Amino acid sequence: MDPATSVFNGLKKSGIDLITTVPCANLKEVILMLEDDPDIKHVPVTREEEGVGICAGAWMGGGKTAMLMQNSGLGNSINALASLNQLYGIPLLMIMSHRGVEGEPICAQVPMGELTTRLLDALVIPYLIPDDHDAEQTIHRAWNLATAENKPVAVLLDIPFWEGA
Amino acid sequence: MKRIAVIREAASTARDIGALVVGNIGFPSRELHAVDDRPDNFYMLGSMGLASSIGLGIALAQPERRVIALDGDGSVLMNMGSLATIASQQPENYLLVIIDNGSYGSTGDQPTATSQKTDLARVAKGAGIQNVHMIDILTDVRRMMEQVSSGVIVIKVEPGNADVPVIHLCPADIMERFMAQCARPFP
Repeated sequence: MDPATSVFNGLKKSGIDLITTVPCANLKEVILMLEDDPDIKHVPVTREEEGVGICAGAWMGGGKTAMLMQNSGLGNSINALASLNQLYGIPLLMIMSHRGVEGEPICAQVPMGELTTRLLDALVIPYLIPDDHDAEQTIHRAWNLATAENKPVAVLLDIPFWEGA
Repeated sequence: MKRIAVIREAASTARDIGALVVGNIGFPSRELHAVDDRPDNFYMLGSMGLASSIGLGIALAQPERRVIALDGDGSVLMNMGSLATIASQQPENYLLVIIDNGSYGSTGDQPTATSQKTDLARVAKGAGIQNVHMIDILTDVRRMMEQVSSGVIVIKVEPGNADVPVIHLCPADIMERFMAQCARPFP
């Protein structure tokens, strides 16, 4: 299975019905699949923090919510993840294209790429990484963990993941 | 006209029309809690800037319910992209009320950009929101909220907070009772 389809299948298997996105080149195929799915409300946002807020509201309204983002956007979301999701106990599935690691061609991606897991650790946000090029089960486990513990959970999808076939 | 007078009118109208309400961080939520605490109010205690986003998310998940966010100028200035997202989504059941006192009221009344050059009604129009209204008379608040279920209302008020206590509800309780109201079948 191609990586994008496995991500999409993981979202479907988890019953996600509203997803906010800030694009990454690695996410473009998944974003097209979301657009075509009649059962998923796709909300493109201007900044990741905004997406965290929309997902929090939608979850309180009964939705099953996820964010599709690049890891650089974690920096734009930290206050909301702490003072909204963690304060109230609001789950969120964060599917992150993890740039700035093995195989990164753009030097500007490296600082946040290297800090991403340390920032998640500092925020006490669990992160899961698929063993191979199939993210479906990992995403489903992450959603179950988010809703069991009422907190954000990240799935990190690095450059080798997206290069798999 | 002070903000708490507008919040009192807005809360009373929201109660009558059965709307879900999001209160902005700091004194605005405290004032909302003081004038009309009800489980249909979500008091946003942190995450400055996100009241309009939280309201949008609720409105998208609850398309049969009217949803009203009571936001402020400083907070909208912090998350102006939200106006573009609201314009793109165009939810018919979502009204963003921006109570504009031209100051960061919860932190000592430092002036915001709306006390200088920025006009948030024009920003909202420029972002693509079709229905944008401005009010500076208290009696217009109820009339406008009853007539208009989507878009943006900017209400100009004087700076200043009411002498109201902090909210003693715990965050999880605020959320749980709010979610119960969302889950309740609505006529």
